[in-house]
Amino acid sequence: MGYGQRISIHHGNGGVHMKRLISDLFIRFFENDVINEQSDSATLKVSGQHIAFTTDSFVVDPLFFPGGNIGSLAVCGTLNDLAVSGATPLYLSAGFIIEEGFSIRKLERIVISMAREAKRSGVKIVTGDTKVVNSGKCDKLFINTSGIGQVEPKYLPVSSGSKVKPGDKIILNGAPGEHGMAILQARMNLNFRSGLKSDCASLYPLIKRVLKASDRVHFLRDATRGGVATVAHEIASKCNVGVDIDEARIPENTDVRAMCEILGFDPLYIANEGKLVMVVDASDADSVLHAMQKVKTGKDAAIIGEITSEMKGKVILKTRSGGKRILDELIGDQLPRIC
Amino acid sequence: MTRGDLPFIDEYRNERMVLAIAGQIREISTLQISLMEVCGGHTMAIHKSGLQAFLPENIRLLSGPGCPVCVSSQQFVDHAIAIGRVPGVILTTYGDLVRVPGSVSSLEKEKGKGVDVRIVYSVLDALELASANRKKKVVFLGIGFETTAPASAAAIIQAGKQHLQNFFLLSAHKVMPPALETLANTDTQIDGFIAPGHVSAITGYSIYRKLTELYQRAVVISGFEPVDILQSILMLVRQIEARQFSVENEYTRVVRAQGNPMAQELMEQVFTRESAEWRGLGWVPESGLYIAEEFAAFDAAKQFKVRVPERRSPKGCICGEILIGKKRPSDCPLFSSVCTPVNPIGACMVSSEGTCSIFYKYHA
Repeated sequence: MGYGQRISIHHGNGGVHMKRLISDLFIRFFENDVINEQSDSATLKVSGQHIAFTTDSFVVDPLFFPGGNIGSLAVCGTLNDLAVSGATPLYLSAGFIIEEGFSIRKLERIVISMAREAKRSGVKIVTGDTKVVNSGKCDKLFINTSGIGQVEPKYLPVSSGSKVKPGDKIILNGAPGEHGMAILQARMNLNFRSGLKSDCASLYPLIKRVLKASDRVHFLRDATRGGVATVAHEIASKCNVGVDIDEARIPENTDVRAMCEILGFDPLYIANEGKLVMVVDASDADSVLHAMQKVKTGKDAAIIGEITSEMKGKVILKTRSGGKRILDELIGDQLPRIC
Repeated sequence: MTRGDLPFIDEYRNERMVLAIAGQIREISTLQISLMEVCGGHTMAIHKSGLQAFLPENIRLLSGPGCPVCVSSQQFVDHAIAIGRVPGVILTTYGDLVRVPGSVSSLEKEKGKGVDVRIVYSVLDALELASANRKKKVVFLGIGFETTAPASAAAIIQAGKQHLQNFFLLSAHKVMPPALETLANTDTQIDGFIAPGHVSAITGYSIYRKLTELYQRAVVISGFEPVDILQSILMLVRQIEARQFSVENEYTRVVRAQGNPMAQELMEQVFTRESAEWRGLGWVPESGLYIAEEFAAFDAAKQFKVRVPERRSPKGCICGEILIGKKRPSDCPLFSSVCTPVNPIGACMVSSEGTCSIFYKYHA
């Protein structure tokens, strides 16, 4: 079916449209053994060492939001892409596209956040690029970060999910939807009274702890655009298994749920910037959970579901009221309902 | 507050309650019956919570024409696009409408080509936009039933008070009672209606009297959570089994017998009722809300002289019959093969409250 005549906003939402654009355009022409893997980071073998390499661009609006800013996001986002590939993040680059007239003071605040996040995770920002465009040619500030990290060979399978099997447990580190709803609230002036903050955080410290606690972590993914539901689908299709999720066991943030109820959204599809979905061997699930709960980013961690051998490629949600239904892939952006 | 139950929601999703009510339904239900949930919000809630699994096989649920986006005619989308192409116009709309295919294009596609289309959460946001951009013409695409129409009416009155000369409404607002009567007259078997909770919050009970008294159908006004819907089904089954029909209200925490008189008054003041076209039902007398002559200055249909292209209907699409419960999405040759949420042919596949979209999402 292809990817249409023109780029629409859905080509960037992490759902079906974007997948199609990536596979039918980018991968088709860039085609090689590494990109074909379609992982969050490319894993390369350089002089006998396994290196994870990734890049991400940040265009968030507004630049500052409760819980973070475009700078902290740009560092955490790339760190997380490395960390979920089983890598120890080492070095980052930072490219800035700045609109003429942008406040230097704001830029300074953003750069300070970037430095702080990098330091916290023990990585160095070692190279960068600066471009200024005429007023109106970009929206205030865009940032690109790339990163590399080193992967111990035993962690190579967590990126591909090749060890995922029926019976494995699915663990989520906290309530989904905080980043997306915090941004929406800041952007739309929705006038909800809440203390909602983005969950923007580096997941590396948490992942390090998890990998130390268990040798049977079979898959790691940060649930960003498209939310937890999109990762669940990735597991189902990539590993050719069924995924069962139990709605009642998903950690929740009441503010997020309340806003979602009002707007007609489902928190499972809302973007996160500090949420980790893991598949762990059932025998180690409890010990991993305990290890996670000792860290701030994992204190609300819970087992939310299980890998099955039925309904391969599908995600089944057991609803709070006891029914069962398919949890579909995100297609268009979620739109507010009108009545 | 970061953790805890959501009051007025979680208690209505309680699994034990659901099982208990489902058990009562099974106990008393003997007849083969069809119930129509009129509102798209109900259809969505039923499928999202997986409720059908709890119902006995002799109760069939039909989805009705209560998705505002779905019943808006293709012509309306075409008209909106034509107005959107006028230089200096900002189109404002509720979300779902942007993806609905018109004859040749959709608002979403037009947006990609440079038409200024903005999604708003309330008509009052459109009003604010007009107030802040006096050199632009802000057109709000008014869709929806008694739920959204009073807000559109209030916006027009507000625009008048603020002397805004650049705010316009293109009204496809509709009212429910004539459509329900049309449904009761079709040959589709409908023994009872799960009546729309939020429409009823505005109208009150009276609009359903004809259905119970003249057409001998059961009517229960229902809330939107699984427990609400099952409880309403139980009440409907009781009425049908006893052959005693009346308007009952399950949604007592929101709906009052007399409705919301202030909202009713606003609608009466701003709109007149004339025949309107519904996808699926065709032209239904007295079902469309058109802007009264007194407020013609705000009527986009009158203030923009645009040529609306002749309609081209998609071949094979049976949206119309699906909207009146006559057919199911799986009966459509296009369903899930040609027509999918990624590439919707009919409006029912577009809206999150559209029957086809809901079936595709939760069952395909």
